[in-house]
Amino acid sequence: MSNTITFMIDGVEIEGKPGQTIMQAADEAGIYIPRLCAFKGLSPYGACRVCTVMVNGRPQAACTQPVAPGTVVENDTERLQHLRGNIVEMMFVEGNHYCMFCEKSGNCELQAMAYRFGIAAPKYPYLFPERDVDASHPDILIDRNRCILCGRCIRASSDLDGKNVFQFVGRGKDKQIAVNAEARLADTDIDVTDQAVSSCPVGAILKKRVGYAVPIGERLYDHKPIGSDIEAARTAGS
Amino acid sequence: MAKPKVATTSLCGCFGCHMSLLDIDDRILKLVELIEFHKSPINDIKKFTARCAIGLIEGGCCNDENVHVLQDFRKNCDILISVGDCAIMGGIPAMRNTIPLKECLEEAYLNGPTVYNPSGQIPNDPEIPLLLKQVYPCNEVVKIDYHLPGCPPPADTIWEALVALLTDKPVDLPYELIKYD
Amino acid sequence: MSGTLENTVKDICRSHSNDRTRMMDIVREVQARFKCVSSEAMDVIAAAVGTHRVEVESVVSFYTYLSEKPKGKVVIRLCNDIIDKMHGVERVAQAFSDALGIKFGETTPDGTISLEYTPCIGLCDQAPAALINDVPVTDLHRSIARQIVADLKKHMDPKRLVHRLGDGNNAHELVQSMVVNNIRTEGPMVLSPVNRGEAIKQALAISPVEVIRAVKTARLRGRGGAGFPTGMKWEFTRAATGEEKYVICNADEGEPGTFKDRVILTERPDRVFAGMTIAGYAIGAKTGIVYLRGEYAYLRPYLEHVLERRRNDGLLGQNVGGKEGFNFDIVIQMGAGAYICGEETALISSCEGLRGDPKNRPPFPAQKGYLDCPTVVNNVETLCCVTKILERGPGAFNEYGSQGSAGTKLLSISGDCKLPGVYELPFGIKLSEVLKQAGAEDAIAVQVGGASGAMVAPNEFERTICFDDLATGGAIMVFGPERNVLEVADYFLDFFIEESCGYCTPCRVGNVLLKERLDRILAGHGEPADLDYLQDLGETIKTTSRCGLGQTSPNPVLTTLKNFRSAYEALVKERDDGLQPSFDLSEAVGDAEQIAGHKSVHAD
Repeated sequence: MSNTITFMIDGVEIEGKPGQTIMQAADEAGIYIPRLCAFKGLSPYGACRVCTVMVNGRPQAACTQPVAPGTVVENDTERLQHLRGNIVEMMFVEGNHYCMFCEKSGNCELQAMAYRFGIAAPKYPYLFPERDVDASHPDILIDRNRCILCGRCIRASSDLDGKNVFQFVGRGKDKQIAVNAEARLADTDIDVTDQAVSSCPVGAILKKRVGYAVPIGERLYDHKPIGSDIEAARTAGS
Repeated sequence: MAKPKVATTSLCGCFGCHMSLLDIDDRILKLVELIEFHKSPINDIKKFTARCAIGLIEGGCCNDENVHVLQDFRKNCDILISVGDCAIMGGIPAMRNTIPLKECLEEAYLNGPTVYNPSGQIPNDPEIPLLLKQVYPCNEVVKIDYHLPGCPPPADTIWEALVALLTDKPVDLPYELIKYD
Repeated sequence: MSGTLENTVKDICRSHSNDRTRMMDIVREVQARFKCVSSEAMDVIAAAVGTHRVEVESVVSFYTYLSEKPKGKVVIRLCNDIIDKMHGVERVAQAFSDALGIKFGETTPDGTISLEYTPCIGLCDQAPAALINDVPVTDLHRSIARQIVADLKKHMDPKRLVHRLGDGNNAHELVQSMVVNNIRTEGPMVLSPVNRGEAIKQALAISPVEVIRAVKTARLRGRGGAGFPTGMKWEFTRAATGEEKYVICNADEGEPGTFKDRVILTERPDRVFAGMTIAGYAIGAKTGIVYLRGEYAYLRPYLEHVLERRRNDGLLGQNVGGKEGFNFDIVIQMGAGAYICGEETALISSCEGLRGDPKNRPPFPAQKGYLDCPTVVNNVETLCCVTKILERGPGAFNEYGSQGSAGTKLLSISGDCKLPGVYELPFGIKLSEVLKQAGAEDAIAVQVGGASGAMVAPNEFERTICFDDLATGGAIMVFGPERNVLEVADYFLDFFIEESCGYCTPCRVGNVLLKERLDRILAGHGEPADLDYLQDLGETIKTTSRCGLGQTSPNPVLTTLKNFRSAYEALVKERDDGLQPSFDLSEAVGDAEQIAGHKSVHAD
């Protein structure tokens, strides 16, 4: 069949479709490849590098790498999990992540990823960068301390909301998210119902007046690791 | 055989992690069978007089006295554990880390909207420890052997870790016991 | 006033057809005119070209030659790369700073002169050097710096600072530069005299497919560093479907220690343009773009002149070389200070008027490049080789070099050597032989391939320069007995931290962390475990980064860890007190002592 592309992930034969990425094909097969910047409905981005896999022995981002017939993909190896853990630790020390009072805690994908990797504390020194908060908008808050520069809000705003509220400015370690106005989010055309708001994996873009809506113990990642939903499909299917 | 000694301290913390330790409830009876508390706010022993197997550190280092105490713990304990987010990453006090110390003090004692300070002075009695230019995670001051995250870490986390160490087993916390909030 | 700004900016946008993809040209012109791209200007540009304001801000904030805040009428950019440091740039910097009464990063209070540092400007063989606006000044020392400031205060005209002219075309009336070529070995392929029009004649006499075959037969591989087979790249691009196809010449020579493309562009631009034209014929492109780094802007008028001459000679334009239906022309796209734009997909982003972020691959430029069209990106030197191959035949090309690395390689040699400059040597030459020619026999370390290359120790000087052994885009930086290789590695990390685009996590964060730990070691606070930490962190960055920058940025650390391990081991010490040697209580409590007016009872 020409419409199926067969390849291997960790010794398991996977069937993908032309045009799919390795991540998409793996998702459908119930194999979870950790990711932070990838998000359903948004174009592949390849920024966080948490989804790094080995494709025929070469490192590639599973979220951007298309499936190809006969390729051998390594995903759940000790080496890759170690590298991914290192990247997650980098994200924690790069920003100012105060989970103890963050409204996103328990539902935060960065935090969940660290839980999944069993990280008790990063081995890297905290950088304590100076970042600012934009509370100008009546319904939405930006806390750049928590931003991991995944670009999900940028893509969601342009691709899904049909706006262009966000974009990166600066480069390197000074890169940060900016809004389409001289300075304030309040001066943009963002709306609280925009997908740009809900696409944030961390607590960098939050709806105001939500607070700690879900009690501890009932939040998304309190009991089940991130990716369990994808892996459940495989368990159920096999 | 003498029971291994455990020392605890709260540096720049809120004592919440100590509360969590006490939250192990009736297991505390089992714990005192396993160990003897040495220098700790729990029993108010103020000085090390014997070598300890384990030191539990709550809080980060925000002043010179914290550093002194932490270094003293390192000297006197075989294993040091950072207990809680403050010890691990500075915690809420570390929010001042991006603000110059002088500005922090002026805001707190002179310019803040709720300040009542007729003397117009920033307290500087020699008895008061001097603040460091930032709040330091404990492992930037001394070597730390284990980290128990959480604000506070769940009582079960502390319990599991202590029992593992006291019974020579690896500290291998299950998914539900590693939490940052 | 603001009416003037609005109208002027609108005019600038209009002169570029209000075309969003010409953003680099637009913002560069606005910057030149107003010494900044202000918030107001961004609004005007966004409205004129039909984009969002934040998109303009995104571009402006990316490139170091652009700024939202006003700079002086004259900007002095002093190169502080490692070679300049070895040649006493610190003293020159102090002289500039004293004479102007400002620090680096500042502008004089009257708003006339700004003082900045800049990474490698391609003048390592005549360091210390600076760019004053577009004008290069070389071989600086303190008294020259003071004289420059005095002169500028008098006339504010950087061009009038040029009191002597360099050799060759540096003295051309359209260049008028004090830069010298320092060509030490004029090899047969790239630097030999040009036989203008001959290669194109030969190429047009055969079919495009045969041209590609000739390039493949010659076994030409890209000279930028990665060494991808050029013929194969062309073949892919030719085979790809697209309404338009493009040839881009990568003249964003930014690798610290590399300056051979500057010399080629000064002395043999015809050979580069002929190579582009041949590439255009081979792949079916009508347009070629030279992406010229902002630092080489002083060469632009001359290059434009050469292009115009080629048009007049029928070597560009309609029916090139008399070949009916083959239309090809070349435009120059200026960069604006970003090393990452030497990466081919970042370069394409920049040409499209975007931030210089690399693109995801696949699709590769050969399938979807500039404006999503099939695009070939070739290095300046590669294109020269193409010209030679078509002129003299593949056999005359690959008789030089080795099996895997045919032809010659231009090396830019600088640092602790008697004869810094450009050498065209056959591939396969031993590093020791290169060092001998450059008068660098007492080298204790050689960085081959620039900042992203490898630091090689004397026991490996018998290795050869070629793609299969010591691969290099051309930079050879020599370090003599008095240099500390770890400080060199530390400098390179500064460079990568500054130049990372910040797109992916490992490169953006990892390099900062590498430097933190290396600094700890250099300060004498390192421990043996820190070497494993550096290794693990370096490998993480190398393995997981998205583009060539991050994939090579840990090389200075990783190769010194391997080849100069004893230098690290001499600095690290096992400690048994359990304290972190990097923590300094006196330093941490210093501010508080000052505020309280008394000493800490705990600090020493």
